[in-house]
Amino acid sequence: MSLLLAEDVYGGYGGTDILHGVSMEMDAGEIVVIVGPNGAGKSTAMKSVFGLVHVREGRVRFQDEDITNEAPDRIVARGMCYVPQEHNVFPSLTVHENLEMGAFIRTDDYTAQIDRVYDLFPPLKEKRRQPAGTLSGGQRQMVAIGRALMLDPKLLLLDEPTAGLSPKFIDLIFQRIREINDQGVGILMVEQNAKQALGMADRGYVLVLGRNRHEDTGRNLLDDPEVAEMFLGG
Amino acid sequence: MIDIVQLLIYGIVLGSIIALGAIGVSLIFGILRFAHFAHGDLMTLGAYFALVGVAGMNLPMFFAFLLAIAATAAVSIGIDRVLYRRLRRSHPIILLISSVGVALMLRSLVQMIWGPDNKIYQAGVQMPWIVGGLRFKPDWVMIVGGAAALMILLHLFLQRTRLGKAMRAMSDNADLARVSGIDTEKVVIWTWLIAGVLAAAAGIFLGMDTRLHPIMGWKLLLPVFAAAIFGGIGKPYGAIVGALIIGIAQEMSTLVISPAYKPAVAFALMVLMLIWRPTGLFRGKVL
Repeated sequence: MSLLLAEDVYGGYGGTDILHGVSMEMDAGEIVVIVGPNGAGKSTAMKSVFGLVHVREGRVRFQDEDITNEAPDRIVARGMCYVPQEHNVFPSLTVHENLEMGAFIRTDDYTAQIDRVYDLFPPLKEKRRQPAGTLSGGQRQMVAIGRALMLDPKLLLLDEPTAGLSPKFIDLIFQRIREINDQGVGILMVEQNAKQALGMADRGYVLVLGRNRHEDTGRNLLDDPEVAEMFLGG
Repeated sequence: MIDIVQLLIYGIVLGSIIALGAIGVSLIFGILRFAHFAHGDLMTLGAYFALVGVAGMNLPMFFAFLLAIAATAAVSIGIDRVLYRRLRRSHPIILLISSVGVALMLRSLVQMIWGPDNKIYQAGVQMPWIVGGLRFKPDWVMIVGGAAALMILLHLFLQRTRLGKAMRAMSDNADLARVSGIDTEKVVIWTWLIAGVLAAAAGIFLGMDTRLHPIMGWKLLLPVFAAAIFGGIGKPYGAIVGALIIGIAQEMSTLVISPAYKPAVAFALMVLMLIWRPTGLFRGKVL
């Protein structure tokens, strides 16, 4: 049984399709990376899985249930959480309150989960009473990922988690993503730092112009001369 | 000197009333991103609901107050369910204009039911207390105390409760609130409930301080918006500070210019703030 299955998805914003038949599949606990040139529809493909982009044709299944065009707040309840690329924290809420909002639909005691997030990102514990808007870019990204972990998801969607970060933070975020994955959370991510991302991925998809171009293990994609030439700077 | 202190007291009373309206306007803007022009008439409606309790049912003022805030909250949620909810995806200007329509409907309704004349809650003149040459009306204690109590309750709600935090979160970033799984429609309903309660309280306090009239709330709308914008629209705490500044400035202005220009003082302060710092005192949203 696959964790996530997208079959031949067509869709986009408004009337025009951006996705022209995208298919993806991943198993529980895998790291899958979507790469491709600008305008390939990488983020759109991810949003279509999460109900943020209208799927005109095709199907999305999560844990063997059809979730095509389901509203994001219902998908969240199924155990899939999403971290947008930008504006991914509540700036006037404290770090702690941001995490609480991630747990909004939980009715049980989630203090243990908050502690797990603080263990994963120790700087957040120090700054837990500070508004998230006052943090640095890297720390905001930690808050954003932490917020999405509050529901203990089975699948975490990350839209360019290292965009705009300094090299020090890029390495740190990738390392933490691997640790999150080690705890059994499936990771689907769109990433510009294709080399590093594919290096840690179980599998990767290369999208071009809203279509699947290649799919293979991360290692094989890195070794593929065509892929290397297209996105990895040779 | 004693005149200035007396005007300061008037200003705090007026500012407390304006603040209750301005908080609602600010909350609604923060959550739904439109300027709610029916807010003044919602205040009027609240004031008349209390009149039903006091004059019609012979209830003590406190119970009439509770009845009126509950009824006004129900009406404001009802208006949202019937009208504004359908326009949720429209341009904010369309929502704004529809709220002008609601304002006219509410005002006409009040006029139809209660007539166009002045009304008062209690007949007879309230004797002011005179302390050190300063005049205090007993009602003012209730107005300022009641407004302060409501603001403290709102503060506790926003800072301590799960729903209050969700309200602040949605005001920060509605899309992120949605993808976090926050039930945004529930937050919207609570926003209307709170805005309705505070508007009714503002209307009742205004009626206690002066008298009831079908355009009493409409006339207060300019200072209410000026206060919300002055403080930074979308920021309820800014609305409180903005309202006190505008209330006090309006009263103080009577030292130098005719009281007829009081609304102009509110308007001028708002314009100056927009020139100096368009996001307002507390860095709210840009209109």
